[in-house]
Amino acid sequence: MQSKPLALKILDVVSIIVLGISTYLALVFAPKELVMGDVQRVFYFHIGTAWTALLGFILAALFSVVYLITKNLRWDRLQVAAIEVSLVFFLITIALGSIWARPAWNTWWTWDPRLTTAAVTELIYIAYFMLRQGIDEPEKRARFGAVYALVGGISAPITFFAIRLFRTIHPVVISGSNAAAQGSFNMTPDMLTTFFFALFTFTVIFIDLFWNRIRLGDLQDKVEQLKLKVSI
Amino acid sequence: MVNKATELKSMTIERTRPAGSFIKAVTAVVWKDVRAEFRSRELFSAMLVFSLLIILIFNFALELDIKTRQSVTAGVLWATFAFAGTLGLNRSMAIEKDRGCLDGLLLAPVDRSAIYFGKMISNLAFMLIVEIIVLPVYSVLYSVNLFQPGLLLVILLGSIGYVAVGTLLAAMSVQTRTRDILLPILLFPVVIPVLLAAVKASSGFLSGAELAEILLPINLLIAYDVIFIAVAFMVFDSVVEE
Repeated sequence: MQSKPLALKILDVVSIIVLGISTYLALVFAPKELVMGDVQRVFYFHIGTAWTALLGFILAALFSVVYLITKNLRWDRLQVAAIEVSLVFFLITIALGSIWARPAWNTWWTWDPRLTTAAVTELIYIAYFMLRQGIDEPEKRARFGAVYALVGGISAPITFFAIRLFRTIHPVVISGSNAAAQGSFNMTPDMLTTFFFALFTFTVIFIDLFWNRIRLGDLQDKVEQLKLKVSI
Repeated sequence: MVNKATELKSMTIERTRPAGSFIKAVTAVVWKDVRAEFRSRELFSAMLVFSLLIILIFNFALELDIKTRQSVTAGVLWATFAFAGTLGLNRSMAIEKDRGCLDGLLLAPVDRSAIYFGKMISNLAFMLIVEIIVLPVYSVLYSVNLFQPGLLLVILLGSIGYVAVGTLLAAMSVQTRTRDILLPILLFPVVIPVLLAAVKASSGFLSGAELAEILLPINLLIAYDVIFIAVAFMVFDSVVEE
């Protein structure tokens, strides 16, 4: 049994610290938004988790391509790690968004392009795990997983543009203005600091969890091989 | 050494076969499916009866009176095609797997993508035949004229996209332990753009909207068809590889 590498242990501690700082910044340091009030503070973590989740899904699609070319199982473990962490982060994004939407839009959920795409994306990657569960051979599981993650990764952005045929009410805070958007606002410098620190925080946490999950995958693989050896 | 060289040479010759033999291989797979289906008729009849049942269920579920009919016809049609489609896709791949036909097909000295295109075209053919029968039945039952060239084009484009992804995913799902339930779960979230654009375009044609408005979803359908046929063409090898 190998012990955890030191760098990973340090990263674990760093993630907890930055999460603490980020929570303080979001809840206390950042000024209160005038129109929406305190509920706007959800925004920092909402974007933080959304950004890292999307990063993970994009990485997973890239790992698919690399796996299908190299057929090295290492890439498959990276892909599973990325998708698993992203799936949870995206669920947090949706939950936080709902908490914000209730007072801002007066509804928990609307069939807006971003919300619908988020729901569909979650379903695609849940299906991804169901597909993997139905296959016993590791090599076949990796191949099918890679194909499905690739198909899903291409389909999700198309879904987004397809639903954009309808009008959107989701605010675009960072760039551009949308007259129909409800709940958009301009950020003060303190808000920007909090915002970028939240992005940084969740990127660190993502890397930490990703790394831990890859290590777990490697250990799982080792256990599977040892079991095979014993059974023979 | 000499043997190996000639072997290599023959392999390269095989790889650079003219396009004619590729098309021949595709037609052979399609022909095989059509003939098998013509004898048993199990796939076609199941899909057709299932579609009619779904329309019946929608009739009770949505209370399709004249007013609501106008707005939901496109949605009902595409939901019907999507559900009936999974039935056909699953069965068409399960037959290959159960009787060991897939192994036989894979042994044939043809490009594997020819097998994909063959299965895809035969699946598309069965789906279109079912749709061609469902349309007049729906028209008669609800007195809506569904025989408009625009709508038929949308149905063709939508079915191509649906079957292009469906054939690829069905080839995967039949090789898993949970194969009876897995295909719709894999397929539906991925074909949502097709269903969305197809419903948009169909209801546009049915309500007599302007062409410029309908062109956008139709372009989306074409783009989806092209992208996913290309993707499936590239990855089908890794799905059937043993």
